Amino acid sequence: MDLSTKFLGLDLKNPLVPSSSPLSKSVDQSKKLEDAGAAAIIMYSLFEEAITAETESMNRFLNQQDTGFAEADDGFLPAWQDFSTGTEPYLENLRKLKEALDIPIIASLNGVTPSGWVEHGKELEQAGADALELNVYYVAADINQSGDAVEDRYVEILRTLKGAISIPINMKLSPSFSSVGNMVQRLAGAGADGVSLFNRFYQPDINTDSLRLQPSLHPSTSAEALLAMRWIAILYGRIDNLSLGATGGVHTPDDAVKLLLAGADVVHLCSSLLRHGAGHVGVVLKGIEQWMESQSFESVADFRGRVSALAVPNPAEFERANYVNIIDSYSFAPGVMV
Amino acid sequence: MSQNQMVTLDGNEAAAYVAHLTNEVIAIYPITPASPMGEWSDEWSSLGQKNLWGTVPDVIEMQSEAGAVAALHGALQAGSLSTTFTASQGLLLMIPTMYKVAGELTPTVLHVSARSLAAQGLSIFGDHSDVMSVRATGYAMLCSASVQEIMDFALISQAATLESRVPFLHFFDGFRSSHEVVKIDRLPVETIRAMIDEDLVTAHRRRAMNPDHPIIRGTSQNPDVYFQGRETVNPFYAAVPDIVQAQMDKLAGLTGRQYKLFEYVGAPDAERVIMLMGSAIGAAEEAVEHLANQGEKVGMIKVRLFRPFDPKYLLAALPVTTQKLAVLDRCKEPGANGDPMYQDVVTALAEAVAEGNMAQMPRVLAGRYGLSSKEFTPAMVKAVLDELSKDQPKNKFTVGIIDDVSHSSLDWDPSFKPDAAAGVTECMFYGLGSDGTVSANKNSIKIIAEETPNFGQGYFEYDSKKAGAVTISHLRFGPKPINSTYLIGDNEASFVACHQPTFLTRYDMLAKAKAGGTFLLNSPTPPDKVWDDLPKAMQQQLIDKGLSFYVVDAYRIAEQTGMGRRINTIMQTCFFAISGILPKDEAIAQIKYAVKKTYGMKGQKLLERNYAAIDATLAGLHQVDVPAQATSTFERPPVVPANAPDFVQRVTATLIAGRGNELPVSLMPPDGTWPTGTTRFEKRNIALELPQWEEDLCTQCGKCPLVCPHAAIRAKVYPAELVNDAPASFQHMPIKGKDFPSDYHVTYQVAPDDCTGCGLCVEVCPIRDRKDPQRKALNMKPAEERHDIEVPNWDFFLSLPEYDRTKLDGTKIKHAMMMQPLFEFSGACVGCGETPYVKLASQLFGDRMLIGNATGCSSIYGGNLPTTPYTTDSHGRGPTWNNSLFEDTAEFGLGLRLAVDKQNDQAREYVRQLADKIGTDLADAILNADQTTEAGIFEQRERVAALKEKLASINAPEVPSLLGVYEHLVRRSVWIVGGDGWAYDIGYGGVDHVLSTGRDVNLLVLDTEVYSNTGGQKSKATPLGAVAKFAAGGKATFKKDLAMMAMAYENVYVAQVAFGAKDIQTVRAFLEAESYPGPSLIICYSPCIAHGVDMSNNLRQQDMAVNSGHWPLFRYDPRKLEVGENPLSIDSKRPSIPYRDYLASETRFSVLNRTHPDVAEGFLKLAQKHVESKYSLYEQLAHIAWQKAEKPVEKAE
Repeated sequence: MDLSTKFLGLDLKNPLVPSSSPLSKSVDQSKKLEDAGAAAIIMYSLFEEAITAETESMNRFLNQQDTGFAEADDGFLPAWQDFSTGTEPYLENLRKLKEALDIPIIASLNGVTPSGWVEHGKELEQAGADALELNVYYVAADINQSGDAVEDRYVEILRTLKGAISIPINMKLSPSFSSVGNMVQRLAGAGADGVSLFNRFYQPDINTDSLRLQPSLHPSTSAEALLAMRWIAILYGRIDNLSLGATGGVHTPDDAVKLLLAGADVVHLCSSLLRHGAGHVGVVLKGIEQWMESQSFESVADFRGRVSALAVPNPAEFERANYVNIIDSYSFAPGVMV
Repeated sequence: MSQNQMVTLDGNEAAAYVAHLTNEVIAIYPITPASPMGEWSDEWSSLGQKNLWGTVPDVIEMQSEAGAVAALHGALQAGSLSTTFTASQGLLLMIPTMYKVAGELTPTVLHVSARSLAAQGLSIFGDHSDVMSVRATGYAMLCSASVQEIMDFALISQAATLESRVPFLHFFDGFRSSHEVVKIDRLPVETIRAMIDEDLVTAHRRRAMNPDHPIIRGTSQNPDVYFQGRETVNPFYAAVPDIVQAQMDKLAGLTGRQYKLFEYVGAPDAERVIMLMGSAIGAAEEAVEHLANQGEKVGMIKVRLFRPFDPKYLLAALPVTTQKLAVLDRCKEPGANGDPMYQDVVTALAEAVAEGNMAQMPRVLAGRYGLSSKEFTPAMVKAVLDELSKDQPKNKFTVGIIDDVSHSSLDWDPSFKPDAAAGVTECMFYGLGSDGTVSANKNSIKIIAEETPNFGQGYFEYDSKKAGAVTISHLRFGPKPINSTYLIGDNEASFVACHQPTFLTRYDMLAKAKAGGTFLLNSPTPPDKVWDDLPKAMQQQLIDKGLSFYVVDAYRIAEQTGMGRRINTIMQTCFFAISGILPKDEAIAQIKYAVKKTYGMKGQKLLERNYAAIDATLAGLHQVDVPAQATSTFERPPVVPANAPDFVQRVTATLIAGRGNELPVSLMPPDGTWPTGTTRFEKRNIALELPQWEEDLCTQCGKCPLVCPHAAIRAKVYPAELVNDAPASFQHMPIKGKDFPSDYHVTYQVAPDDCTGCGLCVEVCPIRDRKDPQRKALNMKPAEERHDIEVPNWDFFLSLPEYDRTKLDGTKIKHAMMMQPLFEFSGACVGCGETPYVKLASQLFGDRMLIGNATGCSSIYGGNLPTTPYTTDSHGRGPTWNNSLFEDTAEFGLGLRLAVDKQNDQAREYVRQLADKIGTDLADAILNADQTTEAGIFEQRERVAALKEKLASINAPEVPSLLGVYEHLVRRSVWIVGGDGWAYDIGYGGVDHVLSTGRDVNLLVLDTEVYSNTGGQKSKATPLGAVAKFAAGGKATFKKDLAMMAMAYENVYVAQVAFGAKDIQTVRAFLEAESYPGPSLIICYSPCIAHGVDMSNNLRQQDMAVNSGHWPLFRYDPRKLEVGENPLSIDSKRPSIPYRDYLASETRFSVLNRTHPDVAEGFLKLAQKHVESKYSLYEQLAHIAWQKAEKPVEKAE
């Protein structure tokens, strides 16, 4: 049975690629992912903002501990000196993963400043990343900023980085674009090697005891995979040389199969791995194989995109807003008398 | 002789260096000033540094010093080399075990940073009170006088204890030696190895407990043999002096540094001799050498080995020409015929004369000096030697103070300067604790001492306050080793730097400046205008002393180069640029090199910023022309307001001004009793921003006064007509709600001189302007805009009457915050997480509150002189406060309860006996009073006042007795306050016992999850994975669940609270705890700067602690059991944010991700599971169905 697929120009043994998660912080866990069958790993994101903040706070609380109190004159925390802040720990982790694992390692970057994107992108390339995912976390909270301006920002970042590094670049996108398909096309035009649909964000929540905001992130559910499924089905076969990754809500073999049927080159796993452990990759993989066997498919290529917009008899179903379908389902069967 | 390794370090590090290399088991416990020895040991072990035998010493923190020495005793008995470090009360806690260790002839060294003992007051500073209290334990006592000696004697004592089998106490002066930073010759490891005899180590192991060849020790002995057993050790003690001298000689052979047990310095034919030990030797030697060089027949004896005290060596050292000998002790033994060393010397000399070993007895005089690091200078030594010249010199004298009560003190001439001062450059720096002045100066000493042939010395004076703490650095540099063990005095500093312009009107800095010296000022005022910022007296000093004057705007340079508010590197650059100590370019290169060493691995940006700041400094440093005339129109203002009480004017103001050394004995309260409510007179004015109230938005919720750590924003409600007399700028608005009279107004007022600018009041303010969301009902505004406006407003606010507290409903935040805080303006840190709880208790119960306070942060901000925060209401009532010890607070507080209960019982008994005379109505009303409400308490006070009046006219034998106790007929609220170090660790035995007694006490545990006051050492409250001192590799065990342990008693009220997460639950818990007639325990989450988080995030961190499940909120009320309800209520929701997010927000956790990432990740997983299961456990407990206990069924007859 041939499960192989291509993603960002990389040949993968199967379409399961764990997405950015804390599991990749540990070499052991990453090794477990590989052993369970992961075809590549996208590392946790290098957040420029977090790196800067961490460097500042480590500097403040470890290097600048003067208090002026006689009993605590050298501060409160042990004055560790021989450790690095900045990007070095991330790069070190990347190097370790490259050394310990055989599968491709895709670094993930979230920048803030234009120089940050380029500088860190180069560092990641030099440290051995097989590809780079740009995690362009951006909430367009400025109501004076137009949708075009937001899109330009994505394209600009991508273009700049394409000019600076030579490894493939994957764009991880949120669904918050007026025209997702057009946006993907623009990115492809600017040199993106792939897109992953869709990013899930922390949402601020309100604590009713303290009346303060608190971040919240609920693990995804299978239902969320349907959003990515629709867009992948719409985009499949429309844009050349662009990999499609499906992310968000892939928990079961069934979820993965649906996304592949819609046309995904790879399927990303996150919440399900955090919940069930690295070994869950194997469960999903086995489930795909069993399904293929039951459906008599020999390879992933045989069925990828079979239920995409290009392949179904009525592609308009992918375009229709859901509630219309639901209302329609109340219509009567043609042969029944009422 | 080995290659010299010159290093710059302090005394504690020097001792720890040898201790860590020569021991295997190190049991530690934090206590100032000894804690750093344990911290170094823990840090080195967690870095995997090995000892002489190639193994990493096992460093374990214990629950107290008693625990540490017992663990050490066990480790020694099982054959390990073991040590510990301590000081002061910690040493006292070790006494019982020390007798055991010595009685069993066990080789070990105990390193002590000698410190005062708490008597009329606690003091963290240095003297020999502690070590002299253990001189009978059987430990040999070896005293180091300098940092070099500390390193050398740590080794000599280790070698000597192995050889003699007598345990050694190696001590040195707390702070003066333990914290002095100086250049010394580090002992190479091979020298240390050469001094430790492997056979002796093996012999120690052979004597150990071992089931393969068992022994028994610790037997119980009877009159038949105990006495003889005690005498068996004599030969071992007799051998010690020779052994120590031999080890000193051996070290001399290895290093070239020769020491003697008693070492004489001075004229060979001296007639007047002074004898002392410890750091004072430095000052004394300078004076003696100076005078001897001038031909005076004076000398000194340096005492090194105090126990065993060997007269043979003393006689050998003392010149035969000695006619008068002053023996100086640095401790006080009240009631003794002289202090300890004096007595030993007199005995030794008397014996020598009696036995014919000495021709004539010199006149021996006892002197006392230097208690609690009191300055001891060459001038004072000269005063002692001068006194010896008199025919009838004073005996039992003191020196260094003005004793106008017993007239014991000697006068001294402060202008006396020994020759040693020549060739030494002296520099002083006035900085803020947080501005990095001290660390920059330590760095400067390193640069000068390690990169040039010069020697350097640094000593640092600290503040009593934590918020806005001031540091004064004393640096000396010179071509010879510096042993000036005293502060830089008036007219001595060739360089004086003022790092904060606000100090210009607070300190007489230029009194220290030497003629022709340099003054450097950090000020935003341009060079051509800065002259006008100086008070007149200061201008005159600049002119009279011919000082060069430089100014730099360090904050601007810091801002422009991305350094934020960090000015230390900039000021350090200025120092090197103008002091001329090193060639400028070389110095700049060295500073940059030091910056690179610190920040090299922390990111290029930090490095570049620092370089940029250094380069910009040189361009921004300007010399100011000093005019010929002083032109200023102002002087330094008085330290306290003119309306302050007499005691405050005479005593407190002198302390605030930093001139406490000038106060004579007669002005000191003899029993440690000081007036309360004095912080209000210390107008510190340290806030850069002040909150401004916007009445139009305010909903009067009361959250701002609740969260204020310094009681610097207050609420008051009062009749509207009173504002007629208010300053025009006074803000007020009609009170909202039906609970108050409609014609009353309310004001939320900032105390502009007492606010620290933490911003928590604005942070908590829930109300935003819908049109301008940046505008809240409180907003921080630049202090220069608000301060002068708010001063008269605050004064007016204080003049308004307090609202009748019987009409306030304390269960509502708005109401509770109308009650006057009786804890105000403490010296706690900016944004302190503890003080809001203390303040809340003072508001709710302060007027009838007795507080027993454990030593720690809360005793320091609660009771550190010069000014204290507990205060009184308009009736003169308020919290009465005392700090017994660290370990005994629960028991001490219980004693307070027992006393007020007993006196209440007695009073009731007398009232019953006198009922007819008092009037049965009044007597019955008093005896049956319901005091569960504020109104009930108010009425009882009225009755008690009536009773007093009645008693005046009653003639009965019980009346005087009743008058002694009648005040306790009013309900008392007893509070036992302390931190987690006390409640979870050292005081836990007492806490547990007090909870078990069922008595009505309230234990307030201010849980910062570390020993905050001593600098952040791990306690049993420290969470899993948190990095702390003594847990440099992250704490590997879970936080102890103190609440669960207390709940197991079933009759203890227990609450876990976090005011920043749910303030109403906190207030409810306080009220319930206080009203519960048995023991109550409130565990308060208290964010602390030790968590590695800015305290402006105090409230957010509490919220995160609760939401992550780290700190579930709950209350356990035993009263519910009586009515068949479940006593436990959970007041917080299931963990709703990932524990990872909470950890990421605090450096105490996140640093472990950088130093030990895999360990950190493992801890995180465990902790996430733990908080979830802990919450589930509490939730299940809270949902168990309870039934009212049925009466036991009587068995049918």
